[in-house]
Amino acid sequence: MSRQFTPKVVTANALLEGDVVYLTEDDRWTREHREAELIEDEAHAQIRLVDASARADEVVGAYLADAIPGPNGPEPVHFREVFRTRGPSNYAHGKQAD
Amino acid sequence: MYSYNEFDEAFVRERVAQFRAQVERRIDGSLTEDEFKPLRLMNGLYLQLHAYMLRVAIPYGTLNPDQMRQLAMIAERWDKGYGHFTTRQNIQYNWPALKDVPDMLDALADVGMHAIQTSGNTIRNVTADHFAGAAADEIEDPRPYAELLRQWSTDHPEFQFLPRKFKIAVSGAKADRAVVRAHDIGLEIVKNDAGEVGFRVLVGGGLGRTPMIGKVIRDFLPKEDLLPYCEAVVSVYNLLGRRDNKYKARIKITVHENGIDEVRRQVEERFALLREQFGGADQELLTEIRAAFAAPDLPARPLDAFERAYNSDPVFRAWADTNVTEHAAPGYGLVTISLKAHGQTPGDATGDQMRVMADLGEAFSHGELRISHEQNVILPHVHKSDLPEVHARLKAAGLGTANVGLISDIIACPGMDYCALATARSIPVAQQIATRFDELKLEHDIGPLKIKISGCINACGHHHVGHIGILGLDRAGVENYQITLGGDGTEDAAIGTRTGPGFAYDQIVPAIEKIIGAYLDQRDAPEETFLQFYKRVGMDPFKAALYDAEEKQRAA
Repeated sequence: MSRQFTPKVVTANALLEGDVVYLTEDDRWTREHREAELIEDEAHAQIRLVDASARADEVVGAYLADAIPGPNGPEPVHFREVFRTRGPSNYAHGKQAD
Repeated sequence: MYSYNEFDEAFVRERVAQFRAQVERRIDGSLTEDEFKPLRLMNGLYLQLHAYMLRVAIPYGTLNPDQMRQLAMIAERWDKGYGHFTTRQNIQYNWPALKDVPDMLDALADVGMHAIQTSGNTIRNVTADHFAGAAADEIEDPRPYAELLRQWSTDHPEFQFLPRKFKIAVSGAKADRAVVRAHDIGLEIVKNDAGEVGFRVLVGGGLGRTPMIGKVIRDFLPKEDLLPYCEAVVSVYNLLGRRDNKYKARIKITVHENGIDEVRRQVEERFALLREQFGGADQELLTEIRAAFAAPDLPARPLDAFERAYNSDPVFRAWADTNVTEHAAPGYGLVTISLKAHGQTPGDATGDQMRVMADLGEAFSHGELRISHEQNVILPHVHKSDLPEVHARLKAAGLGTANVGLISDIIACPGMDYCALATARSIPVAQQIATRFDELKLEHDIGPLKIKISGCINACGHHHVGHIGILGLDRAGVENYQITLGGDGTEDAAIGTRTGPGFAYDQIVPAIEKIIGAYLDQRDAPEETFLQFYKRVGMDPFKAALYDAEEKQRAA
């Protein structure tokens, strides 16, 4: 039996500001993790990643990150991805300041 | 201090203009990221977790007040009002927007600074003893040689695509304050039996995933042979170094795999060829450079004002005892300004603080400032009678912390709060340790102690050479911190030894407390430092303090 697929979101950094962005179901780049498209199917995830990576004049370094469904939309799993939704812990800079 | 000549100025301006055009082409879509990335890295621009980061070189850690003021202006105009001084005498801006970076580079060029070769597989910023030209134990100021190396290595056509990055440090004193033994090439100015001054050359030092102490490749190199010999070393490495595996590409692995004797043989062979080719031009250049580093005139002055303050103000006295080092010139001191206020981010300074330091450098330190690899700022030539005034102004700017060399004077890399390579956070661990020992009011009792924290195995926080080293890792999706003890970054360089299993994020400060507790309980006398104690008793008391209670709990 193949390993069960963990749901994913497509994430990257915005080209101009470098800020963390996520791909939405309607092909927008959002700054909010909870607005990301939660991808439950492995093949679909690969296609979405290819699509995202092709948008080279908008984002840099697109990749798939593990996520789980939450009450307000997808939530990050790994602590690195949790930090990416917030910003650094030593100053209230980045997303947590907005 | 060295200032750019017409050639330097034209070169740096041209690079900025090229990069400006490259950024424009990236933004308008004519360059892909794959095409752009090597170009931005050549100019010190990284993309990190939350934003771009611009790394600016402060060659051999020396700055003049106008340069420091410009760093403040850049922080306020294009960043979030602060900069981060690193363990390799660089400053990093954590929040620049891509379109602004060419303007930042132009602003740097206005004061003779750049971000060239602060990334990529090239010869990086050449670092030096931050007490250079002022230390009492110095044989010769290492900075003219460091500047010569900077000019030689900048845009050196043969060395733009090395197997991996390459770091050089130079020290001119008996005490090693530049971690020379942890560099790809370490240069120590020494005197031979005939009384001649030259270099002891070490190669293959480095921290990271395979920590190694540098090995002596040449016991004594005549000064005039510095460039051809360094060129021979890098040239041999360029061909011999591995390109098949990034983790085995540094010269420390080349030396380890081929043996120091074989590397030496090849270097000497190459050196014999290169030496003729230099033809003395480098020595003419060195003479010009040396004139720029002439020592300032430091006349004798009365010490009454210093002694009055020292005898009447305990806060000043504590600071002077901890943060001021004896200068080679009688009556003068080297002031280390701590960028480690308890609970603050190690190495960070606001624009306002940078201006205060620049003003003090101008008024009291003959127009000189230094950045140390320990992430502090130094005023190298202050007369002791000026110390009360300097201290008062530092204190008012939140820069008066009296903790240099103590437990809260922690080196920490940016870790997972900024860095894309990090596996765990470092900054909050440093903040919590400093805050905790400040609460306990123990740090002066503990005495000299260097804690160094890295947020990944690449060891930018020098954890291997910390008396206490902390390495943050990702263990099955949770932050976990390994502790090493007994590391040493000085002339007695040693790699620390792991205590055992790591600790969770909320257990790392208690673990450090246990280590300190064991030391305080069992040291011979308050004069026995942590490192001396460790060397005498070894790991056992610390293992007992860290793991025994846990073992007992498990057995019960």
